[in-house]
Amino acid sequence: MNEEIKTYTISVYTENNIGLLNRISAIFQRRTINIESLTTSQSEIENVNRFVIVVNITESQAKKIVGQIEKQVEVIKAYYHDDHETIFTESCMFKIKSELLFDEPQIQNIIKESDTRIVTVNKEFFVLEKSGRRHEIEALRRDLNAFGIMQFVRSGRIAVTKDEMKVTELLSQIKNQ
Amino acid sequence: MNTETMETNKTATTKTERISGCEAIIRCLIAEGVDILYGYPGGAIMPVYDELFKYQGKIHHVLTRHEQGAAHAAQGYARISGKVGVAMATSGPGATNLITGIADAQIDSTPLVCITGQVPSHLLGSDAFQETDIVGISTPVTKWNHQITNAEDIPEVIAKAFYIAKSGRPGPVLIDITKDAQFQEFDFSYEKCESVRSYNPAPKTNIESVKAAAELINNAKKPMIVWGQGVILGEAEEELKAVIEKAGIPSAWTILGASAIPTSHPLNIGMVGMHGNYAPNKLTNECDVLIAIGMRFDDRVTGDLNTYAKQAKVIHFDIDPAEIDKNVKTDVAVLGDSKESLGLLLNELNPNSHEAWLQEFKDLYAIEYEQVIKGDLLPEKEGLTMGEVLKEINAQSKGDAAIVSDVGQHQMIACRYAKFNKTKSNITSGGLGTMGFALPAAIGAKMAAPEREVVAIIGDGGYQMNIQELGTIFQQEVPVKIVVLNNEFLGMVRQWQQLFFDKRYASTEMTNPDFVTIAKGYHIDAKRVTKREELADAVKDMITSKSSYFLEVCVEKEDNVFPMVPAGASVSDVRLS
Ligand SMILES: Cc1ncc(C[n+]2csc(CCOP(=O)(O)OP(=O)(O)O)c2C)c(N)n1
Repeated sequence: MNEEIKTYTISVYTENNIGLLNRISAIFQRRTINIESLTTSQSEIENVNRFVIVVNITESQAKKIVGQIEKQVEVIKAYYHDDHETIFTESCMFKIKSELLFDEPQIQNIIKESDTRIVTVNKEFFVLEKSGRRHEIEALRRDLNAFGIMQFVRSGRIAVTKDEMKVTELLSQIKNQ
Repeated sequence: MNTETMETNKTATTKTERISGCEAIIRCLIAEGVDILYGYPGGAIMPVYDELFKYQGKIHHVLTRHEQGAAHAAQGYARISGKVGVAMATSGPGATNLITGIADAQIDSTPLVCITGQVPSHLLGSDAFQETDIVGISTPVTKWNHQITNAEDIPEVIAKAFYIAKSGRPGPVLIDITKDAQFQEFDFSYEKCESVRSYNPAPKTNIESVKAAAELINNAKKPMIVWGQGVILGEAEEELKAVIEKAGIPSAWTILGASAIPTSHPLNIGMVGMHGNYAPNKLTNECDVLIAIGMRFDDRVTGDLNTYAKQAKVIHFDIDPAEIDKNVKTDVAVLGDSKESLGLLLNELNPNSHEAWLQEFKDLYAIEYEQVIKGDLLPEKEGLTMGEVLKEINAQSKGDAAIVSDVGQHQMIACRYAKFNKTKSNITSGGLGTMGFALPAAIGAKMAAPEREVVAIIGDGGYQMNIQELGTIFQQEVPVKIVVLNNEFLGMVRQWQQLFFDKRYASTEMTNPDFVTIAKGYHIDAKRVTKREELADAVKDMITSKSSYFLEVCVEKEDNVFPMVPAGASVSDVRLS
């Protein structure tokens, strides 16, 4: 049983329901699996929510976890994919002292080269925003750290899959039954 | 809305009626066919109890002596009848006291609807008196749960609760209802729930998978079936019997599968698992095709997974996709309702018999009989054995009794030796192993099936975990038969201490009260047996009694249950001593 541990993105389509987050996270907790990130939002289907959960586990664990998630009454469908099967991104924000923007010309280069967006600038601070892969965000954080960061925050991963997930079809099937 | 328009609404759609949330709850229960529910009142559920008072005669509320008793009674009711059991409790401690029963129902797939009162919605989250987050607490042990803060949601949510509890792989559902929602008036109408968009209770059996299974079975030289509770929950007993007989397959059962096929059936080869029979445990590792039906490969059944049936092709019939490949890798999975799947399988099977293979089971049985069973059932030593008590109960009840066992040595002995003629006759806490289960579960079972003889078999330890339910038996006049097999030890734990902890009997010896006097205090006929000569008559008195009866049998203190697959060992390393 020397299966490889990989990063899997678990996509879960659900009814919008209070308490479901608890139910889903309990499935990971019971098996002492650490959730690397969890994002929930509206999906492409009206009134259907989508969870994007990132975990580092083996494929057979991923399979079982998805089975347990799907078993929840309010879950419509769950899938797991590895990094090659998804397009994914994270985003981050930095809050930095405004004076640095003028005192440290380097910063302007970093912003330009890394394709980072300036969200706002005022007398005290300015705010940067960037989306990308984890390593890009990490590189940016390292670079900016040299000058001092007032606040840093990074979101969980959001991802779409290369393959179709056919949830709409599934829902219409259920309706027609 | 003024009363005038309300009236017009009412006549326009005769179905709706303006009533309070608490009355709606009772009306929903009646609409779902609930005749009995078990519970315990308190502040946050009092409006519902007030309605129960008004609806006396239409629905029967049984006051247990503890909410845990209510949950287990509802389980016993569900297990013997196949219907949804209902338990009710107040907020806070009332609700938390239900949790053990709910967890038990979850792991043993028992349909329950539990209704708890909750503090008024404006107090939610304020640490109000008797406020507890029961939805949060019960989430990991319920199939579904929901909190209602608005009376208008009551009919829809309760309808959904019953549907979810009963459909597919059954399980417990908890509905928490705030006190203000109980008082609120609204226009009531009730419609049963027939589907939930996101929920697919029973996948349709795929005929291709059935054909693949049949091909393996038809070509097998040494096929073996292990069936579980899925057969009983799916009411597929007849289909299973037909499959077994047509293909001539030796068939074993898990604890929860017991009684689906009569004990006396020639192809019934006994129980698998830690204290199961010698032959099916040993030959699990010899069969060439293992057919698992409505069972979940619990670790108490499989022992060490790395050495479990490795030589065999594995076919797994189950309604729950999450069970496939969860513990044992399958070669063919047949997803679906057991009745439908087995019905389809039957058509695909070639008639067959496996006499030589069956003989292997019989040969191993002979060894088990010589080394274990004979000593259990026909002891030559002075002290009474648990086995001979079961043998006597079999004889007196002719195998028609439903046996409700608690947890421990007596449970294993009951499952090993009880004779079952009818399905749904073995009611025990399998997955959770909840001591204290049997006494209240027997109450529920007897009330759901008054025509059946219900005998509870309990250890002196577990008996004292819910002994207060004698009060319920007395008050409700439930004619259950209670047998306490008293070894003055927490026997099963003592057995492990003897075998694996060099006989260091840490906190397993029990100094017990006078159980007969206690039963008599509740006006229950009671008797104690200490000698073999007294046993047959005492069991006869108990079985022939028309009312409840308590029988204490003082058994050998340090007997052990064998065969035994030590925890973590291979099933083929099953020990006979
Ligand atoms: C609620 C609960 N607590 C503890 C246990 C652990 N346990 C399993 S069997 C057992 C001993 C049961 O003793 P008794 O009821 O006297 O039955 P016996 O084994 O002697 O037949 C114990 C303590 C349990 N299963 N359930």
